[in-house]
Amino acid sequence: MRVKPKKARIEKHHIEDFIGRTYMSFCVALLIVIIVSMVYFVASKGISTFISGDVTVSDFLFGTKWSPDGDTPSFGAFPFIAGSFLVTLLAALIASPLSLCAALFMTEIVPGWGKKLLQPVIELLSGIPSVVYGFIGLSVIVPFLRNTLPGQGIGVAAGALVLSVMILPTITSVAADALASLPQNLKESSFALGATRWQTISRVIIPTTFPAIMTGIVLGMARAFGEALAVQMVIGNAPFIPRSLFESASTLTSVITLGMGNTTMGSAHNNALWSMALVLMLMTFVFVFLVRLLERRNKI
Amino acid sequence: MQFKKSWVMTLALTSVLALSACGNNNGGNNATTNNGGTNAAATNAPTETSSGAELSGSILASGSTALQPLVEQVAEKFMDANKGVDIQVQGGGSGTGLTQVAEKQVDIGNSDVFAEEKLKDADAAKAATLVDHQVAVVAIAAVTHPDAGVTTLTKQQLVDIFTGKVTNWKEVGGADQKIQIINRPSSSGTRATFESFALGTKTEDIQGSIQEDSSGTVKKMIGETPGAIGYLALSYLDDTVKTLNYDGVEPSVDNVIAGKYPVWAYEHMYTNGEPNATVKAFLDYLMTDEVQSGDVVELGYIAASKMQVTRDVAGTVTTK
Repeated sequence: MRVKPKKARIEKHHIEDFIGRTYMSFCVALLIVIIVSMVYFVASKGISTFISGDVTVSDFLFGTKWSPDGDTPSFGAFPFIAGSFLVTLLAALIASPLSLCAALFMTEIVPGWGKKLLQPVIELLSGIPSVVYGFIGLSVIVPFLRNTLPGQGIGVAAGALVLSVMILPTITSVAADALASLPQNLKESSFALGATRWQTISRVIIPTTFPAIMTGIVLGMARAFGEALAVQMVIGNAPFIPRSLFESASTLTSVITLGMGNTTMGSAHNNALWSMALVLMLMTFVFVFLVRLLERRNKI
Repeated sequence: MQFKKSWVMTLALTSVLALSACGNNNGGNNATTNNGGTNAAATNAPTETSSGAELSGSILASGSTALQPLVEQVAEKFMDANKGVDIQVQGGGSGTGLTQVAEKQVDIGNSDVFAEEKLKDADAAKAATLVDHQVAVVAIAAVTHPDAGVTTLTKQQLVDIFTGKVTNWKEVGGADQKIQIINRPSSSGTRATFESFALGTKTEDIQGSIQEDSSGTVKKMIGETPGAIGYLALSYLDDTVKTLNYDGVEPSVDNVIAGKYPVWAYEHMYTNGEPNATVKAFLDYLMTDEVQSGDVVELGYIAASKMQVTRDVAGTVTTK
């Protein structure tokens, strides 16, 4: 026979516990609902282009002609997908070595004043709004490129340069965290074996932290892929695959921001923009998946 | 445990309901309901709705960013004069404004183009319910970098430039310099106006052309890029760019009003059906001489009431 537990006196902390738990459960539930509805919203709007039968998926993904207002409208988004990947990869190529050097400088070379000096500066970079980056790009980088290199300054190169500065803080801070959390004895044993600082950095520190550094780079690329305003201002936005780095091109985000306000909901043009938003969202999932994969490798 | 789970479920359900309720709430269309919160309204209440009552309620307008500054400024004045009225003006673009007014999410949809031009095919029925109020006119001029060396272009020359047939300024009597097109996005109202009335044809984007969305950026790019050509509303023109005559006609306010300069478009404020008393009073105020000769001119638009010509959706111009 079970003994009924004696009913506990309800004390103040029980009520607080209850309120806290309820509030948290509510917030979590709300968060889940918001995320699910956003994914559902973008997906349903994005798919409507293909459901209506005007455009097939392969026409959309691999078509190279974008002319939504033409007499025979065509919705080939390949130039934008290519443009997005191009600027993202270029930005990562420019920013990664710089970020790695900054992180090494802060953690290995001069951890004292180096970190005190560089950290706030790099944190500052991540706080600058993207419209400011775009305007600096337009006022400084574009005229510089126009005067020194062929083309009109505006184009893929300007976009990649602006983006590389924007993703510097992301890569640097992740890489610096990884380097700082490296067990001290690894370095000490390396020095004890007679290795120089450079040998320790290049043969021990970087290989060990490589997955974490890659995580930072992927996070940076995710940011670059989704950045809209700054890129839109300097890349030129012609709907073509660029023939050179100094020619006008478009990214998925720049086309969406340029067109979304000027088109009416439900029109084929507007639906095609939502399909691009869906592509962007799926790409974000891929980036998140990559980061998770790298994290798992990092743990072993 | 059972208890906790049911709690989470209940919360999830309530939040779903709360969210869906938000979705159905169409942006506070309570302009018709007279809240009667003020003292003045209380004296007229509760049997009012007669013409003598003080205006109250809220107006929500959204759409064209080109028209936004004018509506905002006039709304401030209107609210000062009518304490019971609350007007909110949002941007978002002409397409957004037309969509939202057609779906009754806002009271007024601001647009740079006729609704019929944006709401086509399946949406044509939506355009039919909208009532057009043309509050201002915006004229657009072709502009170049000052060193391009041309002062006037004919319609055909502009078409050749914007379709990529002419790629060097010397071919149209200017300097020996490559032409760089600074365009607006294909969905832009300004581009639609320029193409319809200056070029008379739609143009395809050209590889290597540049597209910028804001007039400020377009002006900056044209002023800085050698050989650049683009188009701007008259209110944006200054000495950093060279304003071109069109077929020999100077793009001046007087020429637009007289119907001599053809590259202009109405700024529309659409209501869904006939507007209610508060919205109507606001739209009427926009057409008063005080606003048309004051705010409209001050902000660089051209007064719709002064135009000596009118134009319909099809682009047919008739003298008033």
